[in-house]
Amino acid sequence: MGVIELAWWQLALAALMVVVLAGCTAVARLGMGKSLLIAAARTVIQLTLVGLVLEALFAAERLVWVALMALGMLLIAGREVMARQKRRLLGGWAFGIGTLAMFLSSFTVTVLTLTVIIGPEPWYRPQYAIPLLGMMLGNTMTGVALALDRLTDTAWRQRAVIENRLMLGQRWQEAVGDIRREAMRSGLMPMINAMAAAGVVSLPGMMTGQILAGSPPALAVKYQILVMFTITLGTGFGTLAAVAAGSRRLFDRRERLRLDRLAPPKG
Amino acid sequence: MTATHSLRLARLAVGELAEVSLIIAPGEVHCISGPSGSGKSRLLRAVADLEPHSGEVWLGDIAQASLPAHVWRGRVMLVPAESQWWEDSVGEHMTQDALTDLETLGFSPEVLGWQVSRLSSGEKQRLALLRAISRAPSALLLDEPTANLDEVTTRRIEAWLQSIIREHGWPVIWVAHDPGQIQRVADRHWRIEASGLVEVTRWA
Repeated sequence: MGVIELAWWQLALAALMVVVLAGCTAVARLGMGKSLLIAAARTVIQLTLVGLVLEALFAAERLVWVALMALGMLLIAGREVMARQKRRLLGGWAFGIGTLAMFLSSFTVTVLTLTVIIGPEPWYRPQYAIPLLGMMLGNTMTGVALALDRLTDTAWRQRAVIENRLMLGQRWQEAVGDIRREAMRSGLMPMINAMAAAGVVSLPGMMTGQILAGSPPALAVKYQILVMFTITLGTGFGTLAAVAAGSRRLFDRRERLRLDRLAPPKG
Repeated sequence: MTATHSLRLARLAVGELAEVSLIIAPGEVHCISGPSGSGKSRLLRAVADLEPHSGEVWLGDIAQASLPAHVWRGRVMLVPAESQWWEDSVGEHMTQDALTDLETLGFSPEVLGWQVSRLSSGEKQRLALLRAISRAPSALLLDEPTANLDEVTTRRIEAWLQSIIREHGWPVIWVAHDPGQIQRVADRHWRIEASGLVEVTRWA
């Protein structure tokens, strides 16, 4: 069973409806029209380009190209994490911490999943490696960005509380403990919600795709469970690393709260 | 009764404020006054090592830099003008030792079960003093400790602070506005000016 062909004019119909939505928010003065359209345009351009890249990558099937692609995805995800923070750490730390956290968690988990669990031949076979890494990075990025944003923004708002706790002789870990827990929570909540709702409220995208492409549902389900678990691992460990490193960076060696290391919010 | 130490500021400089050198003997209260924005609170924050600064602070023969920062702050306790509370109830912020002084400050033990949101600013201020002191510090830095209190309570808090300061032999830096209060509690009085600290003599 093949997939029903989708023509560009059919996509244009969907695009038109997005434009209508943007128009509605503009009329209602909700101020989301522009960013909605920009994001939609980015989706079209980025996905089209990535389609071309994937075609070439699948044809070549070389480790170097797969690794380069993975590196490119990682750097873009790192930039995205940085851009999503209201008060980010200055001096490249926002990018550095986010990227390193995603690298450690997403790459490790993806490579482990490929070599130990799925076992394609060769292990870096792009049809498996790139989509898997993409899903990992996409979700880990959301988790890391949410957690770091919550961490720095809450530390900013509650600086008087943190400093009062320091004055009473608490260690920095204790003084920022509640905020770290909150940041961890906001990073992991989307994934926990997704797992809890999977199959009941929502049919996960990857499983839907596999079924549309003709896989038996039982196999699609197994893949989906595997992917959900690996994404949770990636998001969890990535968020953990980002919150640990980010909260450490909020304090200096003398355990002083250093909010001067945060950039002022833009606009 | 713990061993008493003097608190010594050696060429301490923070922000706009020029270098400050000061020796506070055990049990002595040094009041600091000056216009708002002159750097009184920042000076206290530097002594507690909450802000980057130059110079050194000594408690007896222990240098600030030689102790982990949280240990130093546990010994040289800063009580800010506006206290912060992070748990729901008062009791969760207090140590066991806080119980003995509750009544002196006009509270019944039930206060420990109160919600923090119920406290008035004056109550918060008194409880913040108690919270700090019950952690057994070796020196006190008080930033306008009676700012939110009425005259009667102010006098009572002053008397209570003076008695425990003497009892424990704590060196104290006390930031104050009210000349009357400074008269009552200060062993020495300094004014912050552009050049740094200038001593105000009683008879001036």
